Amino acid sequence: MHEYSIVQALLERVAAEAHARRATSVHRLTIRIGELSGVEPELLATAYATFRERTICERAELDLRTIAARWECPDCGRAISRGAPLTCAVCARPARLAAGDEIMLDRIEMEVP
Amino acid sequence: MCDTCGCGDPEIVPVDVHDKILAGNDRIAAHNREHFQERGVTAINLMGSPGAGKTAVLEATARLAGRQRLGALAGDLATERDADRLCRAGITAKSITTGSACHLDADMVHHGLHHFPWRELDYLFIENVGNLVCPAVYDLGQVANVVALAVTEGDDKPLKYPVMFRKADLVLITKIDLLPHLPDVSLEAIVDALARVMPRPVSIPVSSRTGTGMDRWLRWLEQQRVTADYAARI
Repeated sequence: MHEYSIVQALLERVAAEAHARRATSVHRLTIRIGELSGVEPELLATAYATFRERTICERAELDLRTIAARWECPDCGRAISRGAPLTCAVCARPARLAAGDEIMLDRIEMEVP
Repeated sequence: MCDTCGCGDPEIVPVDVHDKILAGNDRIAAHNREHFQERGVTAINLMGSPGAGKTAVLEATARLAGRQRLGALAGDLATERDADRLCRAGITAKSITTGSACHLDADMVHHGLHHFPWRELDYLFIENVGNLVCPAVYDLGQVANVVALAVTEGDDKPLKYPVMFRKADLVLITKIDLLPHLPDVSLEAIVDALARVMPRPVSIPVSSRTGTGMDRWLRWLEQQRVTADYAARI
């Protein structure tokens, strides 16, 4: 359940940003979680609901966007089908993960007096 | 303050961050990596399920490593059993007791280095907590990730835990001396599954008990040492 430690890191980061701008509360957080990031969105949302109490995020909605994994050839850009070997069928190059490993904080909407 | 009428309503300000949530961990990992680079210590993050044979592989490595100076930090929920086993095998070892934490993070490793003679080592093995999920998420400052996968775990594990195997630079397929007793498990199926989750699939079948494959594992370790280029792998 590393989702709890990820939420702790998220709350610390948001608190630092809010403090720097003298925000009184946070309305919404927008985060992106990739399919191959190793983070389970539902567990993360549960951990967030538990740990935001008595923090500046107490009333902040979590806008969690999940990103599907997308493998492609670094040379020709050809997409690798889901479940297929991660090598380009044409170029024989090892595939590159173009999307799907994100554990990102994109945006904080905060209330500034 | 509300811009329109000055009514005193607070203003909602959007702040674009676009940063990794684990940026703090990554900074400490980069710091660890710099330490290891400066002292020429090859740090390997060894992961795998509980009972995959991580400690046994290190014990067998110590028997064959000659004059190489080996050290290990062993992540363990509750005991010091792994560190004790490694010390008996001649490895300079210390436990990082994680309590309820299911993985090691860069800060735990950094603290583990205190009061530990890591500067005198050629190789530092960071034996992660037995778990095929959580440890994959945290950079520790290693030069390479190695995942131990025992044949007894079944050949579908790479497909079931793609995040862990995607991060692996090498998979050690362990306990291959048991293959004759496992009619439903085939080495070919494991290698095929790895090719579907690792873009550069590299695996070595080994048996810590019989020593099969240990020469290839030692050669692979030597290559990490020669080609160690920490900055390029962050």
